[in-house]
Amino acid sequence: MSSFQMQFMLLFSRQGKLRLQKWYVPLSDKEKKKITRELVQTVLARKPKMCSFLEWRDLKVVYKRYASLYFCCAVENQDNELITLEIIHRYVELLDKYFGSVCELDIIFNFEKAYFILDEFLLGGEAQETSKKNVLKAIEQADLLQEV
Amino acid sequence: MPAPIRLRELIRTIRTARTQAEEREMIQKECAAIRSSFREEDNTYRCRNVAKLLYMHMLGYPAHFGQLECLKLIASQKFTDKRIGYLGAMLLLDERQDVHLLMTNCIKNDLNHSTQYVQGLALCTLGCMGSSEMCRDLAGEVEKLLKTSNSYLRKKAALCAVHVIRKVPELMEMFLPATKNLLSEKNHGVLHTSVVLLTEMCERSPDMLAHFRKNEKLVPQLVRILKNLIMSGYSPEHDVSGISDPFLQVRILRLLRILGKSDDDSSEAMNDILAQVATNTETSKNVGNAILYETVLTIMDIKSESGLRVLAINILGRFLLNNDKNIRYVALTSLLKTVQTDHNAVQRHRSTIVDCLKDLDVSIKRRAMELSFALVNGNNVRGMMKELLYFLDSCDPEFKADCASGVFLAAEKYAPSKRWHIDTVMRVLTTAGSYVRDDSVPNLIQLITNSVEMHAYTVQRLYKALLDDISQQPLVQVASWCIGEYGDLLLSGQCEEEEPIQVTEDEVLDVLEGLLASNLSTPVTRGYSLTAIMKLSTRFSSVNRIKKVVSVYGSSIDVELQQRAVEYNALFKKYDHMRPALLERMPIMEKTATNGPSEIVQTNGEAEPSAVEAKHPPPVAQPANQANDLLDLLGGNDVVPVIQTSMPTKPASAGGELLDLLGDLSLSGPAPAPSVPSSQPPFLLDGLSSQPLFNDIAPAGIPPMIAYNKNGLKIDFTFERANPNPNVAVITIHATNSTESEMTEFVFQAAVPKTFQLQLLSPSSNVVPALNQGSVTQVIRVLNPQKQQLRMRIKLTYTHKGSPVQDLSEVNNFPPQSWQ
Repeated sequence: MSSFQMQFMLLFSRQGKLRLQKWYVPLSDKEKKKITRELVQTVLARKPKMCSFLEWRDLKVVYKRYASLYFCCAVENQDNELITLEIIHRYVELLDKYFGSVCELDIIFNFEKAYFILDEFLLGGEAQETSKKNVLKAIEQADLLQEV
Repeated sequence: MPAPIRLRELIRTIRTARTQAEEREMIQKECAAIRSSFREEDNTYRCRNVAKLLYMHMLGYPAHFGQLECLKLIASQKFTDKRIGYLGAMLLLDERQDVHLLMTNCIKNDLNHSTQYVQGLALCTLGCMGSSEMCRDLAGEVEKLLKTSNSYLRKKAALCAVHVIRKVPELMEMFLPATKNLLSEKNHGVLHTSVVLLTEMCERSPDMLAHFRKNEKLVPQLVRILKNLIMSGYSPEHDVSGISDPFLQVRILRLLRILGKSDDDSSEAMNDILAQVATNTETSKNVGNAILYETVLTIMDIKSESGLRVLAINILGRFLLNNDKNIRYVALTSLLKTVQTDHNAVQRHRSTIVDCLKDLDVSIKRRAMELSFALVNGNNVRGMMKELLYFLDSCDPEFKADCASGVFLAAEKYAPSKRWHIDTVMRVLTTAGSYVRDDSVPNLIQLITNSVEMHAYTVQRLYKALLDDISQQPLVQVASWCIGEYGDLLLSGQCEEEEPIQVTEDEVLDVLEGLLASNLSTPVTRGYSLTAIMKLSTRFSSVNRIKKVVSVYGSSIDVELQQRAVEYNALFKKYDHMRPALLERMPIMEKTATNGPSEIVQTNGEAEPSAVEAKHPPPVAQPANQANDLLDLLGGNDVVPVIQTSMPTKPASAGGELLDLLGDLSLSGPAPAPSVPSSQPPFLLDGLSSQPLFNDIAPAGIPPMIAYNKNGLKIDFTFERANPNPNVAVITIHATNSTESEMTEFVFQAAVPKTFQLQLLSPSSNVVPALNQGSVTQVIRVLNPQKQQLRMRIKLTYTHKGSPVQDLSEVNNFPPQSWQ
């Protein structure tokens, strides 16, 4: 059932340092750590000429590197990998628009904002808003609500 | 107490740490500060502290002491607090912890908050990590929000509902009314999430699916929306590289797939739009291809007309030629799924698929390999195998085993000739020999045995391969076996298929002995080699050399090897007259169940016992006729015909004594004994096989008797009781010949009255030497449950001085002890 679910998304650097982890399935901390460690290792071992998809355990992993950051999504096997690449790309565009030419440091120092943006774009692993403008507007408004 | 340091400050500080130890120290210090701050119930800085904790958690440090603080933040009135609180909850809490249930009330309140962004936080958190209990408690709130006119909330509520349904499927029904006019929304966010919700419902429940098809007429609605997306002009808000809202398009196509599957009407209703999308979508960028891909998946899954299916496969074919390796990958994956159903259409792209074998990407190569094997058929087998063998040569080790298996399977199914088959098998063994699966060895041996006309060619090629390389065990094992079997053909230079090799006995024995001695050979391989050498003792004349080798290995440390050597030694010394029969050429093996009596099986340390077992089937037909003769003679109903094996194969265990001494040792030969897949009867180390053949051990004192004595042929019977079963008498016949000429083609048959059961085991040979120089022995087992007086009618046939002789006789002088 629910053969289209995104199970998790990870962002990590080329040295394997985790920058963001969003889990859409319930797992223990220990399990999350193990999965993260193994997957990071596997993805970092990939050569540039290889395609963006790999089979890993019973999941499909879609990943793309943007500058020094790897964006990695694990989806269940029935999913359309090509559209997942578009999802990743959309998230990067949102970050870019929000931070203005986003780089890894932005995400390190403002990790909570990266989460907020992600949570306005995806909910439960699915896109909740397909308009870039609307996602950014919502974040903007919510930011304004923050007490000083 | 000074204000706790700010988040960014902490991050900066931690990043200055030069070692892991330094970092740990900083973290510990800060955690201690945070802990005391929590203890003081400081409201002002709680948010800042939790945020710092979340950062440290991401670095891998424990942060569970912050869980309750997250709950406090969620309960706070401040938006900033709530934002961090909910984030913390999603990162630090999960449904495994009871603590998470404390969130329920807060979430409930926040779902009804006056600020939509607070409501949004609550919906997001519930939709990401809500446990079943929470979902049950809050489903009603979600359902309410699904009906709101606020599109910001409606879209979130829809995805939250998806999560609720995944966690608590029974709650699906309650969301049904709210879905009524979801698709009439203009807002793309709501449309997208609504399609996701409808998809989830249709996937989970066939009833829902039927409902949405018939009552809601979902398909026309979706078709209309999709059409608008394609036909409408440029919409800046939703445009991605010239395509309007690709995310929504893909989700609609996916829902259409589910609605159209196995439903003719729905499939027909979507036919046109699918064709339209398939032909009009821009393919220069990934986004267009993503939509095309989804379209292809839908076309293949629903009941589309053949024109549409061909269109879909052709799209995949074009994908295969795309520069983008991601596109090639998805094409191969899809083709693999459709190759069974649309075989001919996929065949058209065969050459492109084969080219993908040379791709640099591992996943693409694997798929191309799988697809290539799926496309092999009788017409293209030669060409395809050439490509696949070439692939086998150069591919990564992770592929070799699967590729080798695939080649064997395809060769078995479609081999155009026996010679081609053997050549192909040889090629695999020489290029990927260490990667073939264990069962390949027995399968290949069987293939070779059954290709009778190719024996000379095969053994020659295998011999030459051994000269090159002895490291690949499966190759070496098959080669050893063949040389053992067909070594005589190797010497005789009989090969028709290619230039016959010139080789001497010594050279061949050198090679085999080399295998025995080599470090590269596994114990299993050594077993094969030793047996092969032994077999050559009846095919070559260098018997002394072979005897020497065998006796040397009689003291081998390897127990398996030692046992073989000792038994073969025994064969030379005590049972030399049996050796030719024992080591005879193997007959054609059948893969199906043999129909010999299972109890006849005995082990004698032969390398491939199950293969030898398979020797039993052929002769059954012949004795049946003869048994019928006996039936006639003894008055029909009285007699139970005897099942006899006329082939002088294994005798009762030549190593019978050894069986006793070595107790439990498995005598069924080495691990890769040809597991000829069939209902092979298990080896029965029954009472009989542990009985020595000859009456060396004094039985329960039953005296022997002379059963027949005529024309120089004398047959003695000796007796013993079968150990486990006192109703079974074991009689050994000893046939001797006092005339000057030997008796050849000697066959002994027996029949007993109906209350008895009789079993005749294989004779030691069918030549009774002249002038009492030896004897033919054979074992008879008689089951006599009713303890009646034993009577027997025997029939003897043999050739003496060129003429056939036949005689019948009754044996009535059984000593009472033999049947009481």
